[in-house]
Amino acid sequence: MKSLGSIRRDFAPWNDPNAKPYIQFDKVTKKFGDFTAVNNLSLTIFEREFFALLGASGCGKSTLLRMLAGFEEPTAGRILLDGQDLRGIPPYRRPVNMMFQSYALFPHMTVENNIAFGLKQDGMPKPEIAARVGEMLKLVKLEQFAKRKPHQLSGGQRQRVALARSVAKRPKVLLLDEPLGALDKKLREETQFELMDLQQSLGLTFVVVTHDQEEAMTMADRIAIIDKGEVMQVATPAEVYEAPGSRFVAGFVGNVNMFEGKIARGEAGAASIDAGNGITIRTENAGDAATGAAVAFAIRPEKIKISSKKPAGAVNAIEGEVYDIAYLGDMTVYHVRLDDGHVVRASTMNAARITEDPLSWNDRAWVSFRPDAGVVLTR
Amino acid sequence: MNPTWSRFNITSIVLGFAFLYLPIVLLIVFSFNESKLVTVWGGFSTKWYVALFHNQGLMDATWVTARVAVISATVATVLGTLAALTLTRYTRFKGRMLFSGMVFAPLVMPEVITGLSLLLLFVAVGLDRGFLTVTLAHITLTMCFVAVVVQSRLVTFDRSLEEAAMDLGAPPVKTFFQITLPVIMPAIVSGWMLAFTLSLDDLVIASFTSGPGATTLPMKIYSQVRLGVTPEINAACTILIAVVAVGVIVASLANKRREVQRQRDEQAAQRG
Repeated sequence: MKSLGSIRRDFAPWNDPNAKPYIQFDKVTKKFGDFTAVNNLSLTIFEREFFALLGASGCGKSTLLRMLAGFEEPTAGRILLDGQDLRGIPPYRRPVNMMFQSYALFPHMTVENNIAFGLKQDGMPKPEIAARVGEMLKLVKLEQFAKRKPHQLSGGQRQRVALARSVAKRPKVLLLDEPLGALDKKLREETQFELMDLQQSLGLTFVVVTHDQEEAMTMADRIAIIDKGEVMQVATPAEVYEAPGSRFVAGFVGNVNMFEGKIARGEAGAASIDAGNGITIRTENAGDAATGAAVAFAIRPEKIKISSKKPAGAVNAIEGEVYDIAYLGDMTVYHVRLDDGHVVRASTMNAARITEDPLSWNDRAWVSFRPDAGVVLTR
Repeated sequence: MNPTWSRFNITSIVLGFAFLYLPIVLLIVFSFNESKLVTVWGGFSTKWYVALFHNQGLMDATWVTARVAVISATVATVLGTLAALTLTRYTRFKGRMLFSGMVFAPLVMPEVITGLSLLLLFVAVGLDRGFLTVTLAHITLTMCFVAVVVQSRLVTFDRSLEEAAMDLGAPPVKTFFQITLPVIMPAIVSGWMLAFTLSLDDLVIASFTSGPGATTLPMKIYSQVRLGVTPEINAACTILIAVVAVGVIVASLANKRREVQRQRDEQAAQRG
């Protein structure tokens, strides 16, 4: 069976027409004065899904999260949680909890009391609170830090306390606002996997806001790409990367080479694209783009092969000159300036230690790719 | 960072400190004077301290001052904190600029004018001048100082702490008492202490607004001095200085220790 990228086989409620949506943004608009932060946005999130809202800062993704938590009310539209309209329900009565970007740990309370805070608000009996707090401390591996105050903890420990505090009440939905933003790179990568494991073991619905696409790709079941308060695309990480719905999404997630051109001849999904300056690209992924339509051909750098001689039998091969090389260890990135001035980025995995076909700066080189390697974008 | 103790530096420091503290040192020294003549040293004695505690007038004035200071500082702290909260939280209400200007105007208002206007008000509404009027006047005076101190803390207060508390199920009032208030408490305490000291040593406004039976210590001292400085007054002032000095030193030591402890904790946390 062929498939895009890696998949979680047993979980795809968004493909099931009978699946009941858990969280629904229904034509939601939020205005702050004259500024429209969220514009007529609709979105559906399913139970036990790890959902990421990805976008640049100021795109409205945090506003969406804050509306779900109850800190902001939509100007128009409805937000439904498990079928219930959330309008007018204050944050302290919503069955969702949030992990804040700043962690927002209460500085005057110990780790223990921070975690117990939400449970006390519910009037849970003391022995049960103690048991739950112990369980949470164990979950985030902070048992020996129970009596410490937040300022006596490192950044990573604080992050885990914030996490423990926000899941202690077993909310229906956990909202995470840039949960790993304040951690350094290495810790961030470790924590990504910890968060995924936690989500799986607790069986909660996670909605995470992030501007870090790698973070979203790693953790999420589905990603919503948000720009200027609107949803650009909602899809699995693999779909977002391999089958972006628009030029914006293709450019926003990962690196991409883009050729603007016109569909020259199209039959059953296959087409050739006249990209000008004598460059013609043959592709099998033209979809239903009409002949003569202005389209963009997008291809990822790792799907472009670079060689010193024209590969025999290549459908798409364009000549140029090596303009820049970045050796990154696991892979090498080449920038090739095509003869029409277009710069193409091609990356090669360094699968072997010795390169058979070494290329240097200013060498003549050919970039080639298979007809199914790129996608045609009409939007 | 290498200070050179030049002759010039030493002279500056000696002159500076002499200017600041010579009068106070003189006052303290003469409070232990055996002689009744203030300017002639007649040997060491603590008799003026004993006399002080038998001076009913001074003791009464001290008691009045203490009560006025505690009550006015407490009320001013409540009002000032509320004003600071309003000014930092509700930044978009109509007339905010006017309100904030009006809260802070008394800071620069000449005390004579504050005192006089309060006196006119009390006369106009027919309030008998006494303990109540001094206390009210001191609340007016010190409230804006508290507001300034608390507001400067609230500006740096992380609102997400409150949001986190509400998110975890605490209604706004509970959030205020369990989260906001404990976190800004140090600023409120300093505000209270500032209000307390201001009330303690106020002479001008008290003179305008006080009446018979509610003479404060500064008023009493001032009126006695007009009849001639007695060593008894020196002793009273020395005690006042001691109380204030001990308060300031204890507060700053506690602050310093907390800061050092905090830094040590943070370093320990970073090491893991």
